[in-house]
Amino acid sequence: MHGFLPCIASSPEGGDSFSMPVRQDLQSVMVIGSGPVVIGQAAEFDYAGTQACVALREEGLRVVLINSNPATIMTDGEMADRVYLEPLTVESAAAVIAKERPQGLVATLGGQVGLNLAVALADAGVLDRYGVEILGTQLPAIRKAEDRELFKATMVQISEPVPESKIIHTLAEAGAFAGQIGLPLIVRPAYTLGGSGGGIANTPDDLREIVRRGLRMSPIGQVLLERSLYGWKEIEYEVMRDAGDRCISVCNMENLDPVGVHTGDSIVVAPSQTLNDRDFQRLRAAAFHIVRAIGVQGGCNVQFALDPNSDQYFVIEVNPRVSRSSALASKATGYPIAKVAAKIAVGLGLDEIKNPVTGTTTAFFEPTLDYCVMKIPRWPFDKFSTADRRLGTQMKATGEVMAIDRTFEGALQKAVRSLDLGLDGLAAPEALPDDQLDQAVIKADDRRLLFLAEALRRGRTIPALAQATGVDPWFLRKILNIVEAEREVAAGRIDLFRLKRLGFSDARLGSLSGAGEAAVRRMRVRTGIRPSYKMVDTCAAEFEATTPYFYSAYGGENESAPDQRPCVIVLGSGPIRIGQGIEFDYGSVHAVWALRKAGLRAVIINNNPETVSTDFSTADRLYFEPLTFEDVMNVIDLEQPVGVLCQFGGQTAVNLAVPLHRAGVNVLGTTPEGMDRAEDRGLFEDVLESLHISRPAGGAAASLPEAEVIAERVGFPVLVRPSYVLGGRAMEICYDPDDLRAYVQSAARVTPEHPLLIDHYIPGREVEVDAVSDGGSVLIPGILEHVERAGVHSGDSIAVYPPHSLSAAVKAQIARQTLDLARALGIVGLLNIQFVVDGEEVHVLELNPRSSRTVPFMTKVTGVPMVAAAVRATLRESLEAQGYDCPGGICLPPDPGFVACKMPVFSWAKLHDVDTALGPEMKSTGEVMGIGRTYPEALRKGFLACGLGVPVPATALVAIAERDKSEALPVVRALVQAGLRIVATPGTAESLREAGVAAETLTAAEAMEAVRSGSINLLVNTLTRGRQRDSDGFRLRRAATELGVPVLTSLDTAGALGLALGTAGDDVPPPWALQDYAVPVRT
Amino acid sequence: MRAKLVLEDGRGFEGEAFGAELRAPICGEVVFNTGMTGYQEVLTDPSYAGQMVVMTYPLIGNYGIREADAESLRPHVRAFIVADPCDVPSHWSSEGGLADYLAENGIVALAGIDTRALTKHLRTKGTLRGAIGLAEVEDQALADAAEAWQPGNLVAEVTTPEAYTVPGPGPHVVVMDFGAKRNIIRSLVALGCQVTVVPADTGADAILASAPAGIILSNGPGDPELLTGPRTCARKLLESGVPMFGICLGHQLMALALGGRTSKMKFGHHGVNHPVKEIRTGRAFVTTQNHEYAVTDLDPSVAEVTHKNLNDGTVEGLRVLGRSAFSVQFHPEACPGPGDTADLFREFVAQLPVAAR
Repeated sequence: MHGFLPCIASSPEGGDSFSMPVRQDLQSVMVIGSGPVVIGQAAEFDYAGTQACVALREEGLRVVLINSNPATIMTDGEMADRVYLEPLTVESAAAVIAKERPQGLVATLGGQVGLNLAVALADAGVLDRYGVEILGTQLPAIRKAEDRELFKATMVQISEPVPESKIIHTLAEAGAFAGQIGLPLIVRPAYTLGGSGGGIANTPDDLREIVRRGLRMSPIGQVLLERSLYGWKEIEYEVMRDAGDRCISVCNMENLDPVGVHTGDSIVVAPSQTLNDRDFQRLRAAAFHIVRAIGVQGGCNVQFALDPNSDQYFVIEVNPRVSRSSALASKATGYPIAKVAAKIAVGLGLDEIKNPVTGTTTAFFEPTLDYCVMKIPRWPFDKFSTADRRLGTQMKATGEVMAIDRTFEGALQKAVRSLDLGLDGLAAPEALPDDQLDQAVIKADDRRLLFLAEALRRGRTIPALAQATGVDPWFLRKILNIVEAEREVAAGRIDLFRLKRLGFSDARLGSLSGAGEAAVRRMRVRTGIRPSYKMVDTCAAEFEATTPYFYSAYGGENESAPDQRPCVIVLGSGPIRIGQGIEFDYGSVHAVWALRKAGLRAVIINNNPETVSTDFSTADRLYFEPLTFEDVMNVIDLEQPVGVLCQFGGQTAVNLAVPLHRAGVNVLGTTPEGMDRAEDRGLFEDVLESLHISRPAGGAAASLPEAEVIAERVGFPVLVRPSYVLGGRAMEICYDPDDLRAYVQSAARVTPEHPLLIDHYIPGREVEVDAVSDGGSVLIPGILEHVERAGVHSGDSIAVYPPHSLSAAVKAQIARQTLDLARALGIVGLLNIQFVVDGEEVHVLELNPRSSRTVPFMTKVTGVPMVAAAVRATLRESLEAQGYDCPGGICLPPDPGFVACKMPVFSWAKLHDVDTALGPEMKSTGEVMGIGRTYPEALRKGFLACGLGVPVPATALVAIAERDKSEALPVVRALVQAGLRIVATPGTAESLREAGVAAETLTAAEAMEAVRSGSINLLVNTLTRGRQRDSDGFRLRRAATELGVPVLTSLDTAGALGLALGTAGDDVPPPWALQDYAVPVRT
Repeated sequence: MRAKLVLEDGRGFEGEAFGAELRAPICGEVVFNTGMTGYQEVLTDPSYAGQMVVMTYPLIGNYGIREADAESLRPHVRAFIVADPCDVPSHWSSEGGLADYLAENGIVALAGIDTRALTKHLRTKGTLRGAIGLAEVEDQALADAAEAWQPGNLVAEVTTPEAYTVPGPGPHVVVMDFGAKRNIIRSLVALGCQVTVVPADTGADAILASAPAGIILSNGPGDPELLTGPRTCARKLLESGVPMFGICLGHQLMALALGGRTSKMKFGHHGVNHPVKEIRTGRAFVTTQNHEYAVTDLDPSVAEVTHKNLNDGTVEGLRVLGRSAFSVQFHPEACPGPGDTADLFREFVAQLPVAAR
């Protein structure tokens, strides 16, 4: 044969072989997870990792997993043969490798963290020492993609255009480069975190000013200049390549926001909308060219900038691993990228991997869509009101939503209401005057989409807006379609069918027309305008598919055929946000699994593309829909479920319980009335009173005199906090009327709408319980004790299991109160109670009638399948019948012979202007776990896992508020004992020296300088009270955070760190597999 | 104006007419195309003569129309059926909108159709004939019209009326035009070939008299077994020993000339994502395809199957034993679709006799 086909000549290192069978020499493979959820790295890696573990085990491999994040599905005991919830450090991964001796390691499934750890393990010689082979994309390929210079050189070599850039050290050099390339240029100072000091230079004056500032701010006086592609179209391709050099493009995506906004912060649409076939194919070919040159074996994301006015393009970035974009592409198309990448890693060709959608064809195919997919990021600015909302090159979103429809407008409006921000359409976020609106549109913050709609509403033209924002006129035209339709509704012209096709919600139409949501819904139902559900099948209906994956669309044929088997609908939790993280997806997934195990058809409704719950193989049916009353009711009307579970999807799902119940839906488990009684402050107090359970006395004050009356009644000290947190004002403890007056005066804005909440402060230990109730008995797998005292949000506290300072009597009292409350409220399913324990007295702080943040952790460490037990309880299977022995109505297994802690992880570095001080508002984005034989050992692992592994010897800067000084002494002593050198601000240093602790004094300015120069390894800083914001402390905390120095604002945390460091010695505690401790407890 | 498509089995789909004015019902074979971009290339692909094309991707017309993207002088589809056409396109190179283009070229189009339901119907029932009429026309009348419709001599409608030559410094390649896409000719010209495009009814003797270094049998519309003249011509050309390359219909003609058969597929392959495996090397490619017939019954002593479709196993390529002749069912010229197999043109040109270059 003359061989006419090997057209895309063999690649640098691939193309030499094909049809490799699964390697016979592999028996055991290690998978590295991505660790805690932080901004930029969220639930998508649980989805990827879970798929990968399943895929590898399908090939008969033994899977060893390391991931420090207990809230993930992938760290469930059923997902891998050996699960290590251990720190993702070289030392602990090496210990796992030494113990388990895997032959291979897949580096590309655990995000950037997993990739970096794999590279570090190789660099440290660990992989060579134990003969561990990197599977899939190889290290040289990873380096070619990750190393800036190597990547650039590779692209130049294959003639793929990269933006011109140059490292400069002087203004003159900057001028010369500008002369060569032209303006605008991006200026990036070297080694400043979050790109501070950089900017875009549009004029020679700009350039001089920004470069001068950048050179000054860069610790090494170095600045990178790069051609600015600001305003170009940003396009991504998700590509797969196997060892036999077969390549496919799974999906392309177009950002509505042009280059300049991080793709993770961009509104993204799939497939691309404004590319013609030549553009589409040229970039696809370039993506193949690039992954071949790099040598990817698995999945890869390639990002391009495309000139909106010519054929020119540049390669911006390549990620040689599964990513947030690959998760989105998987959900957008139905193609399981991570699963296929895992199979490729162990030697299968794309043409040998079965296509899970058709079941008959292979994974070598390119999905084609017959719908439009929209992703909108979910930002944390509702929690961080002081944060800079402006979007740029640093990602700020914590999560995202996705929506699917047959029209762009429909997908857009569904995505907007999926955000769970109270938006039922493109309503203006605030009434800005015209000039400010024009600025807001250009400024690109999280509300830009809404501002764009408002600008169009006020008559701005598409060309003018496109010019000002770089948003393609095509997108603006689609937004205008929505705005014009709104106008028709307001004018009384209501073509309901057409409006529904454009994605209008009943609620939005109700408010635009003045008729109200209920009236619109009635009219819609009466006229028979209901959505049909279309299948996501990867192939635009060309082939018969059985994917149980649906989205709603108005008009046309319904494909979600009735199924006679009884079904239960599980409501998911929507986008990952602060306070409602991956833990709630964990609950949703387990609820689905438990239902299926019980022989029921499990249907899930959710809109988060990152998660395991929206993997179409998780439930019997997946509806990718907003979690609003309307969207959920539409699915309920179709599926006619025997019940709906609202208790596993966080507050999003709980909030739907009452409306659904009123609409006649059977909410399983705890009744909506019961939920309401738990959540309403007044009603809950009545319940507590009737049970003689103590709760810190309190009240709400609308004015200072009222506050004083309440404080006198409940008794000082009091814990005060605004019911509506503005400007990050902390909860505060007031010890006397003067304190209270000072606080109220500084807190301002105490109004009847936003009263001040005042509770008697009990300086005790916070304790938390997650329990399963069947209405008569409770199953309490364990009690969690918090390290930080009241005042720090429980989600931001270190939680320890088993509790180490509670007496048997207190534990019994906690169990008794849990039972009494569960019975009184009629809880069936999960409940979470926060207690404060003062000596032998137990007080209840709050009760949540739902799954909680700590359920995955407790499930992992106790082996009690809490969600499954709860689901069975909601199906009226008593705990006794499930095999739990509940003497006196309580099943509380004995404490185990180990200690585990759950530690919060924060994303401070990503969010400027956010105070790192802990307070009543939750700020953490994720969590890690530490497990050890002793309390200090568990703490040590936990600190290591969350990046607070302070290396000893080290220097701690201590700045303590006056009132905390005596309490700080033992903490500082512990740090000293652990080998830390102490420097302190003047007042603190003095009090330390008085107590005999050696501490060097630094003035405020010197302290700042010490932090900036990198000579400080830890900052312990407690907050001064009574001031608006202690600016010195704030600046110090921010400076430390930006430089990656751990900051502790609670003495309790600092004490725990001292304990961990002090007793650990040099040895890393041995790794411990879940399978060896989480033995299911059944008595 | 409300209008509808009624298939020969009576299933109707109502939508809004756009494009050319719908005066009288029009009929054709209804096929679906799964490409998400490339609607203009689809409209102008002569292989779609006689067919009404349903686009499975709902948003069509987004980037407008431009002359450079046309695969022939004018659209050839009988009608165009979409869900949500774009009235205000956006692309720097756009020269106009879809609706105007269709109107100017006399192509009737339907919008607001549940194209997914229509596609599923065609997938289940197989390709059907259909008729488009105004909403008030009786369904039965349209179904009857559809059933009565027969394609004429489609190749004759789309082939070049007379031969023409595109000059080039390299080897002389004759393209037998059964409805050739422009990019076949562009691809050859780009490789330096001198290309002579001849009408579909040109005889073998006339072609060989022009002393071609190589011959291409182009793509085109309709049932290959009806093309008895070209089949005979292809057989003679094969016997001449001149290197040959068949594409799509040209591939089917080559197979027929070798004594093979073609059979009508249930709903054909129309899209830009068809996976093809090269048997000898194990490599795989994503290809553009547009055909309703597949090659069968090849005599392995005469020709070797070189490519197979990874989805349904149909023959995607063959090589004539002992001859410099091969053919592929897919479209290496792409347009629309991926250029993964574009190097087939290079392979073809590379094997042309050196003396003739």
